[in-house]
Amino acid sequence: MTTATAEEDVAAIAKRWKNKRGSLIMALHALQDRYGYVPREAAMSLGEQMDVPLARIYEVLTFYNYFRLKSPGDKVVSVCLGTACYLKGAPQLLEQASAELGIKPGETTDDNEYHLQVVRCVGCCGLAPVVTVNAHVLAKVTPEMLTAQLDRGTDGPVHATAAKPVDTTADGQE
Amino acid sequence: MAKQTFADLEARAKAPIPTVDKPTIKVGLSTCGMAAGAEPVFNALNATVKSGGLDWKIARTGCAGMCSMEPLVEVALPGQTAVMYGEVTPEFAGQIVDAIAAGKPLPANGRVPSIAELACIAGEPVAEGEAKQYRIVMRNCGVIDPEEIDEYLDRGGYQALAKALSHMTPEDIIDELKTAGLRGRGGAGFPVWMKWLLTRESPGDEHFIVCNADEGDPGAYMDRSVLEGDPHAVLEGMIIGGYVIGARNGIFYIRAEYPLAIQRIEKAIRQAKAAGLLGANILGTDFTFNVEIRLGAGAFVCGEETALIASVEGKRGTPSPRPPYPSVKGLWGQPTMINNVESLANLAQIIQRGGEWFSGIGLGNSKGTKVFAVTGKVKHAGLVEIPMGVTLRQVVEGICGGSATSSPIKAVQTGGPSGGLIPARELDTPITYEHLQKLGSYMGSGGMIVMDETDDLVELSKFYLNFCVDESCGKCAPCRIGGTQMLRLLDKIADGRGTQEDVATIRRLAHAMDRASLCGLGQGAPNPILSALRYFEPEFRDRLVSGKN
Repeated sequence: MTTATAEEDVAAIAKRWKNKRGSLIMALHALQDRYGYVPREAAMSLGEQMDVPLARIYEVLTFYNYFRLKSPGDKVVSVCLGTACYLKGAPQLLEQASAELGIKPGETTDDNEYHLQVVRCVGCCGLAPVVTVNAHVLAKVTPEMLTAQLDRGTDGPVHATAAKPVDTTADGQE
Repeated sequence: MAKQTFADLEARAKAPIPTVDKPTIKVGLSTCGMAAGAEPVFNALNATVKSGGLDWKIARTGCAGMCSMEPLVEVALPGQTAVMYGEVTPEFAGQIVDAIAAGKPLPANGRVPSIAELACIAGEPVAEGEAKQYRIVMRNCGVIDPEEIDEYLDRGGYQALAKALSHMTPEDIIDELKTAGLRGRGGAGFPVWMKWLLTRESPGDEHFIVCNADEGDPGAYMDRSVLEGDPHAVLEGMIIGGYVIGARNGIFYIRAEYPLAIQRIEKAIRQAKAAGLLGANILGTDFTFNVEIRLGAGAFVCGEETALIASVEGKRGTPSPRPPYPSVKGLWGQPTMINNVESLANLAQIIQRGGEWFSGIGLGNSKGTKVFAVTGKVKHAGLVEIPMGVTLRQVVEGICGGSATSSPIKAVQTGGPSGGLIPARELDTPITYEHLQKLGSYMGSGGMIVMDETDDLVELSKFYLNFCVDESCGKCAPCRIGGTQMLRLLDKIADGRGTQEDVATIRRLAHAMDRASLCGLGQGAPNPILSALRYFEPEFRDRLVSGKN
């Protein structure tokens, strides 16, 4: 974060949003996209360059669930707890992920590899239950798929339909 | 694309919709399709066609609504009816290509209707009792490539804008909307024409139009699909809205959790600008209108309009008391019109076809169609767009195939965390704003969650309340404290320690929250429990200390 390029990135973000009304949240999104979270130094630097008090920045950061104040690790595993996923066993998947990674939702593993969190509906309710790993969405997740995903150590998607013969009579409900 | 003129659009309107002149394979590449593995299928199709030296078209399209059968691939051959394949793998995609090349296309696998069979698309009316969809909002979803403005233009895109700017005054448009009877699709059902008129007539230095795409209701994703599948339709509705209220700037407020929708809207904005349909002097007139994107950041309360405005202004998204309504004092203190994605997606069709046409669809004071995301324990989970007045049973059993499990359907939930449960015995109720309200639920934004007999409604009530407690912004006491206390009582009941008195306290708290909360989140939070108590009280009673033997 103290490197020259990091400073330049924050400066570019500040410059892009500085003179636009109400753009603080957009600038914070840009910071989080850059770092995976909003580091304190970056927030301070942004505040100075955008003329926004640090207290205002944190007031906003702490209100919105989307912003993270700590590094989430390499892989952010999000278990959807929207209603459709809830009905199809998402709470059990969350427990399983928590047990397999040895962390609670909101925490990061010691080796900084996995971060586990709960999301409220990613909008793929027709494919419930859904788990996302970084930007990949996994559909119709089974306990086996989740284990494979957490073991596999890559962030490539595993597809429910990849190995299965075509069957349109039901959608896998136990 | 070069700047369009009225003459260009007129020529487009006269030209027939292009038909397929070579084998065309469309892959549904929306978030749900991609989650199910549509990208490898798309790549495999491209590779196979390329290696075979075939002059075919492999195209991207949006969500056709049959989410549980993704990835979906539609094959259209010249002069033949299109065939839809579901749950396609890259291997199966290869077989599809080989079969066409050999002159013997594969039959549709399983029960996957093509879009044409599935729905009449803004065409002839639906015969009574027929379980067919009627697509106005989703007319282009799963049909066009959402990233190509040309395909939107080929199917009547921006004709309504041209008509509005060349032949209609803002007052004419408001009259047309009044005739149409379109009501807000975000949930409450406020007449759209009235909102537009009030904002237009409010004095201010500047007027704003905001598209509310902060679809936070868990279990609802209609707006995401429309933004991903037909972004220009929403944009066109917004430009017309800007013209009507005299705005120079519009804002898309989109959930950050919808990256693909954001990307497609950004692209649509760029394309529309290049085509002279957005920006300075639209279609050569003196009307200038620009659109910006603002992202949400994971706060459900920001779907409430005053909280949304605070968020667009870069602040904590907490609501403010109304009045003053945003139409009088909204963004930056100026008159602001906030419309939901689905409301705006209806706009162009109403202008093009007339308010009379629109008001001919629907039942009573609920005109037009409504898109629902039908999920949960239902066989064919997905998006359905039906004319208002169709019954819940026709949707759940007719279109979506009924229960997916061996257990029968117990209840349907509409309206999300502010909505309510509807027991199976009421499934013959027509879907209108009024009918659903009478049952103690409400239309909401379009989530429809189906539960079977194995689902525990005490736990489900807890789930919804937990959501509202978690998402409460904390500004007003009835919501912040009432919700938490109610959740504790529900916990107690779920654990078998509750008493009859606890149930009475829940009802009292519900009354206080409904009356005294600042916004819809707190006011609506008790609804799921109240409706569960109304229809399924024995389930609660059985858990009470006194109810046990």
